[in-house]
Amino acid sequence: MELQAGMEPRDAAPHAPLPSDEPVVRVRGLVSRFGTQVVHDGLSFEVRRNEIMGVVGGSGAGKSVLLHTILGLREPQAGTVEVFGRDIRELSPAERLAMARAYGVTFQSGALVSSLSVAENIQLPLREAYTLLESVLDDLVQLNLSLVGLAPDVAGKYPAQLSGGMVKRAALARALSLEPKLLFLDEPTSGLDPISAADFDALLLYLHGELKLTVVMITHDLDSLFRTCDRVSVIVDGRMVTDTLPGLLKSTNPWIHEYFHGPRARAAEQAAALAPEAPRG
Amino acid sequence: MDALALHRDGESWRIDLQGDWSLAALPQIDLQLERLPGPMSGTLVCDWSRVEHPGIGTVWALLTRLSEVGGAQGLVVRHEGDPPHTVPLLQKLHLELCTAHGTRAVAVPTEEGFVENLGRWTVLQGTEAGRLLGFFGRIAAVLGGGFRRPSALRFSSVVRHVQETGVSAIPIVSLIAFLISVVVAYLGAQQLAKFGATIFVVDLVTIAVLREMGVLLTAIIVAGRSGSAFAAEIGVMQLNEEIDALRAMGMNPIELLVVPRVLGLIIALPCLTIIADAMGLAGGGLLCLVQLHIPPAQFIVRLREALSPTTFWAGLVKAPVFALLISMVGAYRGMQVRDSARELGRLTTMAVVQSIFLVILADAFFAVLFEQIDF
Repeated sequence: MELQAGMEPRDAAPHAPLPSDEPVVRVRGLVSRFGTQVVHDGLSFEVRRNEIMGVVGGSGAGKSVLLHTILGLREPQAGTVEVFGRDIRELSPAERLAMARAYGVTFQSGALVSSLSVAENIQLPLREAYTLLESVLDDLVQLNLSLVGLAPDVAGKYPAQLSGGMVKRAALARALSLEPKLLFLDEPTSGLDPISAADFDALLLYLHGELKLTVVMITHDLDSLFRTCDRVSVIVDGRMVTDTLPGLLKSTNPWIHEYFHGPRARAAEQAAALAPEAPRG
Repeated sequence: MDALALHRDGESWRIDLQGDWSLAALPQIDLQLERLPGPMSGTLVCDWSRVEHPGIGTVWALLTRLSEVGGAQGLVVRHEGDPPHTVPLLQKLHLELCTAHGTRAVAVPTEEGFVENLGRWTVLQGTEAGRLLGFFGRIAAVLGGGFRRPSALRFSSVVRHVQETGVSAIPIVSLIAFLISVVVAYLGAQQLAKFGATIFVVDLVTIAVLREMGVLLTAIIVAGRSGSAFAAEIGVMQLNEEIDALRAMGMNPIELLVVPRVLGLIIALPCLTIIADAMGLAGGGLLCLVQLHIPPAQFIVRLREALSPTTFWAGLVKAPVFALLISMVGAYRGMQVRDSARELGRLTTMAVVQSIFLVILADAFFAVLFEQIDF
């Protein structure tokens, strides 16, 4: 072993180690208001390490607002948000940047930069964070495309040339490029055909298992909920009800009951019960 | 500290991996991987027991490099000492990628000669001109249809565009016309004073403002203000598929979006020109009063002598033509936006540059035409 003096590790791992029972995301007493309209009224929310947490709620219940608040894109009226055990409002700009690099996010419409190719989109966060050789960047693009199950020749295409399912996968590849431990997905299967959506669910389960990811997923896709989520949080009347799916199925809250006992929910539940363990998509 | 150390042990190899193997360390790790001696055969053992924070990209780089140096020789790689849980997955992905690689076709870029480029450019400009003419035709068709069915001309929408492109541009147009004519009058006064002919400053200012500067300045300001707005508005609608939606609902986007803008600007630009003319004359008059001590009464008498009956109209008649050019180019470029935000910016820029160019070109044509017909 050769020891060279003065060679410090470049920077510490972006995600500080946490005690394993500590929640990765913890929201307490969150109040969000738009004018007189109260969206969150003392909402509390916790995501445990290495689980897939589904977030559901009616249209306008504040799912995306919650996501934006956790990401620090929106200042809440009251309450605290902790990610990796740190209050996001107490972070310095540099710490905030390190935090943003420690999680990956995909947005509803993909939000790939439309004037950059898929490869450049995936390289974008890498280039910002590290100084890497072009050949290394190309290797990493291939790696991330392989991880999400896209063919290597997708790298040179532009977002407008991709199908809806490919856009979602490319967005996931970009979100994975900085090797996050925590992933936020906003409606990852919306607008996909059932086959692509099921493939995406399988991909998510596969990545969750292989990369030990913690996933927070906003979704309206009942099939997705039943197939992938360990626990589900429901936003009702500005507050959060979190439970496992069997627990929520027994809930007496009228909205939750309606949500999980409607005709679509029953069909999805049966389909999930019948489906064999999903192979990789 | 080196991230890896290679040892040879008879027929087999051993790599001791150590230290930080997170993504942040990838540049150093990659450099050290490059230094691995090429072709290796036999067996290779990777010892992971002293690695901290193993990432994904770093493991990938190691696997890629090992297959480069040993793949052809059938190097057998074993991972020992608590390898990262991602190793089997990445090995599998890498294998898939290697087998897929053989079928990848690489496009060979061809050298393009000057003549070829010129030809391409000519054809492109030709088709472009044809398309613009077609666009003009479609606008004309809607306008023509408006005679039979006036509701097709969307009166309220036209009024809104007169408000946005005309009324709200009054302050900036007035200010610029006023200032520029002060500058022209000042320069003229300095030069004409050498001949003792300062009274001709009035001729210079009034003819310049009424025939050329009033309308040209207004057109250029409006091209910057509204030509870009047209291109951007219609371009964003194009990006959001709003225009496709209109078409699908059986509505004509030309009638709904383009014609109101064209009509609005054709109404607004002559009005703005009249205001610019008035402000320009006021600026000239003010400078004459302050600098040359020509009182307003005398300024007006001289102004009447200097102007022929057609001078004012020679400027104003150009305004609707300029308005048509600006609004058409803006809307046309907006309609061309496809796919990306960069296209939107490029075409908006193009709309402004081309409409200003076309306005000045048309102005030159008018100058020659008026000279020939003695207008």
